Amino acid sequence: MSLVGAKVLRKEDPRLLSGTGTYVDDLSPAQCAFASFVTSAEAHATIDAIDVRAALAIPGVLAVYTAADFTDYPDLPGGLPTLERPALARNTVRFVGEPVAVVVAEDRYIAADAVAAVTVSYSPLKVMTTIEDATAGDSVPLFPRHGSNVITIVPTMDDLEKELAKCHGRASLHIVNQRCAAVPIEPMAVLADWKPDGLTVWATFQAPHHLRNYLATWLDIPQMNCRVVAPDVGGGFGSKIVWYPELFIAPVISKLLRRPVKFAQTRTEAMMQMAHGRDQVHDIEVGYEKDGTIKALRLIVSQNLGAYGDPTGLGLAVLTTWMAAGAYRIPKVSTSFRTVVTNTTPVAAYRGAGRPEAAYSIERIVDQVARQTGLDPAVVRQRNFIPPSAFPYETHNEAVVYDSADFPAALAECLRIVDYDAVRAEQKARRNDPSKPLLGIGLSCWLEIAGFGPNGSLEGFGHLASWESAQVRIQPDGSAIVYSGSSPHGQGHETMLSQIASDELGISFDRIKVITGDTAAVLQGIGTMGSRGAPTAGSAVKVASSRVLTRAKRIAAHLLEAAEEDLEVVDDAFNVKGSPGKKVSWGDVAWASFQPLRIPPELQAGSLEERLFQESPNFSYPSGAYACVVEIDRETGDVTIRDMVLVDDCGTVINPLLAEGQVHGGVAQGIAQALYEGVSYDSSTGQPVTANLLDYLVPSAADLPDYKVGRTTTLCPNNPLGAKGIGESGSVGAPPAVINAIVDALSEFGVDHIDMPATPEKIWKAMKSGGNS
Amino acid sequence: MTAIGSEIYSLNVNGRELPVRDSWIGESLLFVLRERLGLPGAKGACEQGECGSCTVIIDDKAVCSCLVLAASAQGAAIRTVEGLGPDGRLSDVQQSFLDAGGVQCGFCTPGFIVAVHHLLDGNPDPSDLEIKEALSGNICRCTGYGRILDAVKQVAVSRRSGSRGDSKEGAR
Repeated sequence: MSLVGAKVLRKEDPRLLSGTGTYVDDLSPAQCAFASFVTSAEAHATIDAIDVRAALAIPGVLAVYTAADFTDYPDLPGGLPTLERPALARNTVRFVGEPVAVVVAEDRYIAADAVAAVTVSYSPLKVMTTIEDATAGDSVPLFPRHGSNVITIVPTMDDLEKELAKCHGRASLHIVNQRCAAVPIEPMAVLADWKPDGLTVWATFQAPHHLRNYLATWLDIPQMNCRVVAPDVGGGFGSKIVWYPELFIAPVISKLLRRPVKFAQTRTEAMMQMAHGRDQVHDIEVGYEKDGTIKALRLIVSQNLGAYGDPTGLGLAVLTTWMAAGAYRIPKVSTSFRTVVTNTTPVAAYRGAGRPEAAYSIERIVDQVARQTGLDPAVVRQRNFIPPSAFPYETHNEAVVYDSADFPAALAECLRIVDYDAVRAEQKARRNDPSKPLLGIGLSCWLEIAGFGPNGSLEGFGHLASWESAQVRIQPDGSAIVYSGSSPHGQGHETMLSQIASDELGISFDRIKVITGDTAAVLQGIGTMGSRGAPTAGSAVKVASSRVLTRAKRIAAHLLEAAEEDLEVVDDAFNVKGSPGKKVSWGDVAWASFQPLRIPPELQAGSLEERLFQESPNFSYPSGAYACVVEIDRETGDVTIRDMVLVDDCGTVINPLLAEGQVHGGVAQGIAQALYEGVSYDSSTGQPVTANLLDYLVPSAADLPDYKVGRTTTLCPNNPLGAKGIGESGSVGAPPAVINAIVDALSEFGVDHIDMPATPEKIWKAMKSGGNS
Repeated sequence: MTAIGSEIYSLNVNGRELPVRDSWIGESLLFVLRERLGLPGAKGACEQGECGSCTVIIDDKAVCSCLVLAASAQGAAIRTVEGLGPDGRLSDVQQSFLDAGGVQCGFCTPGFIVAVHHLLDGNPDPSDLEIKEALSGNICRCTGYGRILDAVKQVAVSRRSGSRGDSKEGAR
């Protein structure tokens, strides 16, 4: 029986459930010192002086370092040269929470006391937390060398004004996609141990090989002496592919003190220092005909980068503009964007990374077309869908060719599950019944880009590349170890990759072990981000396993004196078809593979091993149709999600338990963005006002609905598995479904749009003011 | 401020009396469990009492161990995630989480497991609302909670039907 597609329970769970998993902060080598950072209390200032004397006088404090101790080291990697970011702030601080000095002590309590004893004197500079402030006439550049706070501008060649003007009608929205925090439950942690024969760094990270490569360069040591391990990682969502200064500083401290050094962020530090996501402002406009067909689309994006230009942060708006037209055949599409630095925490990839922003705006404007034409939102979508026959579909951007989808089928399935007509009828009945809450239904027929990713189109993203690595090694007893370059942080790679290898090799699931996240074990890897685990890492394991099996079959045939094509692999053994009892076990074949006299002459000993870098010719494009039904309290504006229907198309599903788990989690984050979450700053001082889990509302089990999951399947033609990826789908698809439902419920008040998070206060005000708040 | 070298007090954890050595009196229970007693199951994820990842049971109360002074827990019976499964095997709650798919990154998981044991030990037949209320102090960022709630309901049902099925297999 094939394991791919089956609900297989997770191998990872026993250790995680029993508290015996190993996260970075669970490691405490002998003599381990603890580092803690003095961080900027100012959003924008010059550093006049740092006084560390009182800190050094505290018993148990080992050292205090400032930028002056790091002059031998280059700036952190990845950003633009004009946006230099030293490991510790040098002369200027640009956001609250930026590391200014580091204290090392015998334990974290002493370190915390010592941090409080360091005095930093600042001369404040003008604080700009928003795009408006940072681009206003009286703004000052965060980076005088760059000259302007506008970092990149990608203009459009044609603003489509002519096409828009020709249309029957035009619809436009000004949309704020608010700043969110990723909030992995495990904050940043790093443990560095510099020994004479090499450095080992344990880091909670999504891309340990890239960290190793950059770290070795930065430290000027050969990569052979630089080992990075990502052990169990407690969530990431994009926030753990960022070159945080702590990752680079810890090894240097370990070298200087000749002791292992650990740093583990507090939650407040994490809220200020881990990269945020989203924070785009869109002006979207479409021209449509009487029947609701959209003829032209113009999207203008402004991206708040925060301080410094994180390499993934700089790419977010690119992805947004690539995906601007969503699931729709729109003849003319024009996009443009600019990115702007501000005195806030740097912005980088957060689950979805540029695609939730695109999906949100196109799905909002399609609803606005429905509103203005009087057509049903489902009908407007059906009239504009790219038809299944049009794939592969070339979009307005040559880098983006949609692989496959059946949007009409997905929407139909979604409408069926949610019982769309019945909800519409109920809504109509309620309009005249003020005793009942308002009812709204919202749709989202989203599409995203995943499986990152192939070729030159990603050069601008720095460390992303097209391949993922796999190595399959048969042990002498016929068990197998699979090494993957995709280092997971909760996705279940050990299970998912074991399923794929088991199917290909005919070795039972329990006799396959998966090793990830250790640069000493895995030659090279890209990592886990951009919904690439199944399409890239899974495909790599599939192909490597099948190549190993080919050679194993040759050995088995040799041992059995049978023809290879007569063999089948079942239950860890090679059987001769039609000859019951004539078989050799995988263990015997594996053992023979190391014995030169027992293998076919054309094979060498130890041939049951394959390393492979699997490269896909193009991205994958997961898609789906979501529906959300909300009730809104007429007195308080409080939203209750009554129904959440999620029809996903991620191509081949390896394990429905894992795939649906990804959908649930992504949707939870999408609902959270729609209803609850938002990072905010005091605009005059730049102080973060949402720097803990009390002020930043991550929803609990009490806040979220049950999920109804459906599925349609169109295979991805660009990889051998046919998988498209599923990690980010929910966070792309959910926000527009929720907000469309809320705006639908509020339609009788003349509300055309409400910005996220749609808090009761905002909704209440919208009901009172008719949307003109 | 750090008292070095002397045994100051002991804590009763998972039925065993454990000496706490080299301790400063201001250390949190979370810190002492993890750093002094070699029990890293409880996780530090906010240390502000907001996320529940450090949940332990003290004398039949589920608490955030990050907010409890370790020294104040002397004389109390402390249960951590390490002490829930019989003989190193998975407890019925842990097995139910595994069966339902209630684990992803796993960092919040020990806190949830402790909180669910605490809930079901006091209320064998919780309503959906009671389950959500009991778990509202535990934040999970990966699962969206659906599978966790399924796991709790399943284990409650199996306990009521009398098949208190602590895992027979245990960890692989």
